[in-house]
Amino acid sequence: MLTRRNTLMGLSSLIVSASSANASMPELTFEQLYDTIGVLGMTLSGRVKQLSGQRVRMRGFMAPPLRAEANFFVLTKVPMALCPFCSSDADWPSDIVVVYLSEKQTFVQSNTTIEVEGTLEHGSWTDPETGFVSLLRLASSRFRMS
Amino acid sequence: MKYGLLAILAVMAVPGVAQAQAVYPIDRATILSGAKFDFKIELPKIIAQKDIKVTINGEDAEKILGGSFSYIEKEDGGDASSLIIRSAAIANAGDYVVDVRAGDFSKTVKWSVFGTPAQKQAKNIIFLLGDGLSVAHRTGARIMSKGNVEGKASGRLAMDDLPAMAFIGTASTDSIAADSANTMSAYMTGHKSAVNALGVYASRAKNTLEHPKQETIAEIVRRNTKMSIGVVSGSELQDATPAAVVGHTRRRADKAELMADFFNVKPEVLLGGGSAYFLPKTTAGSKRKDDIDYVTKFREAGYVVATSDEELAKAARETNTGKLLGLFHPGNMDVTLDRKFLKKGTVGKFPNQPGTVEMMQAALNVLSRNAEGFFLMVEGASIDKMSHPLDWERALVDTIEFDKAVAEAQAFAKTHPDTLIIVTGDHTHGVSIIGTIDDSKPGEEMREKVGTYAEAGFPNYADSDGDGYPDRVDVSRRLAVFANNFPDYYETFRPKLDEPFVPAVQNEKKQYVANEAYKNVPGAVLRIGNLPKDADTGVHAVDDVILQAQGPGSERFRGYLENTDVFRVMAEVLALGSGSLVQKAQK
Repeated sequence: MLTRRNTLMGLSSLIVSASSANASMPELTFEQLYDTIGVLGMTLSGRVKQLSGQRVRMRGFMAPPLRAEANFFVLTKVPMALCPFCSSDADWPSDIVVVYLSEKQTFVQSNTTIEVEGTLEHGSWTDPETGFVSLLRLASSRFRMS
Repeated sequence: MKYGLLAILAVMAVPGVAQAQAVYPIDRATILSGAKFDFKIELPKIIAQKDIKVTINGEDAEKILGGSFSYIEKEDGGDASSLIIRSAAIANAGDYVVDVRAGDFSKTVKWSVFGTPAQKQAKNIIFLLGDGLSVAHRTGARIMSKGNVEGKASGRLAMDDLPAMAFIGTASTDSIAADSANTMSAYMTGHKSAVNALGVYASRAKNTLEHPKQETIAEIVRRNTKMSIGVVSGSELQDATPAAVVGHTRRRADKAELMADFFNVKPEVLLGGGSAYFLPKTTAGSKRKDDIDYVTKFREAGYVVATSDEELAKAARETNTGKLLGLFHPGNMDVTLDRKFLKKGTVGKFPNQPGTVEMMQAALNVLSRNAEGFFLMVEGASIDKMSHPLDWERALVDTIEFDKAVAEAQAFAKTHPDTLIIVTGDHTHGVSIIGTIDDSKPGEEMREKVGTYAEAGFPNYADSDGDGYPDRVDVSRRLAVFANNFPDYYETFRPKLDEPFVPAVQNEKKQYVANEAYKNVPGAVLRIGNLPKDADTGVHAVDDVILQAQGPGSERFRGYLENTDVFRVMAEVLALGSGSLVQKAQK
């Protein structure tokens, strides 16, 4: 089990490596995720299919997770006012990306923009622990304040 | 909104499943003769079936209820037994005493079963539900839309001319407070229930779909009559209010599951948002966790499907099956201020959403072709959805739109006088109008620009094109609207012209803090909330709702009524009591 100090050291090294790798890594924006958005479904963009399997960067907001230290969280385009896991009245926007972390990281303020680096995946996937269904994911990810 | 945690805590406070024993329907339930309900007895420990005696008015319960008991020795694996009769019904009107004796335990509850007249008093019912509609919404909509000169309103809202009126109590089986689930459920079933529940009593069952059911008016209409049914809402169709017309669950968040209830009843007209729950999980944009494709299922059942305002008008004209499914947004549809004027929210992605009035016109067009009549529920959903985040301009403009739907109903009733129109809220909000905010008042601080008493004067909204909506909401002397309850937020004293207001966001401790996005709006001040820190937005008020009505049977709405009494009036007006077992109305 990581001590707090180890975790902090690990985080700082991640931040250094993340920023050094940024220059060459393609960036994907929320606007680029879908070619068409319709009432009866959306179609993934050519850019998503092209970048699938590659390491990409995305900027967004971290939605409040199920647990303070979960191995995945939801990245949203704008800060989520409500936690859809907690409040039955709220619901996720349609353009979300689920981020699976390579190592556990602690939730940051949803008021703050973060930059995530991870391997882009697409296709329907049900999280075995929570049953959460996602269509777009960043695997083996790490994030930093942006 | 934040009832979820409270409800969970309430359940957790009782160790295991053993509780004081309960009988559903509960004491003092009023039940329509012939209407179905699940009868459930929950005992506080394991008791053998042979030791349980249940009588109703001294007679065998199974005989009175028309079903056989299922005995569960250990409900949900716990050390407590239950007895259930699914789809029970009582044919004859009258007072009933249910007596349960099980070992050392005994419990007595009383029910009142009411009959209805044999003949329908009205052919159609249009039930208009302004979600969260409070007195301030009505006053604000009237001032914004019509104006006020020297103390007299310069015009009247459509709802101002509905002659019958009653105060409606909205309290829950578990609380004096309520949400849109159990309040609409009370209107639709005639039974009270707990916050968060639709069409069920909140029992100790762990599975949210296995609580004792209460039959809804749409189910009764479907089972007993040849009338048509319509559901229209600007929210997701699976949201609490529209779902309560057909649905049964302890937790309103079971949106994917509630689709099965819609498909079971198959309302002839179904118009609103929430397409994401109609799509199989493999379709991008779906919110289902299974492969059911409800768009295809409804198509196969004869429905014409429309996804834009143009398609809706065309489908309503041309459908020859009399079945119309209109889905216009994957989630909640955009509010009137964004849709018609500001083009914000998600209007860029979904530019062709119809409004409530257009949806209602399409619904009336299709439903009125049935000579047997119809039950139509129309919801003004975003009055509530914009009052929660304290976005008063959006809430008031949506109230004006809702009032235009009321006018549409009144126009229909002119040519179809055998139509009962009911206009009501489901619960209220803690909102009030206290004067104006006048940018021309001196000083830097926005609070000094709040005019009260004589200093309020009159706002300067204008409606130059006469469409009933103010030309703009960001006028220099505008309504000062405030909530009496709130999380921490930045008060800007101005309309939110970019996007709907998001007053608070959650922090790493799962507490709601003021949304920093508004910190630098000129004049913004931090207001420290008076709600618990887990409250994301303003909450519902416990205050009574005002119901108004016109048409046959509307004279029964007067004084104070429970929300469950509204169901009774509708059941009486439509003569929904069971066939030969109908007796003269008792009121």
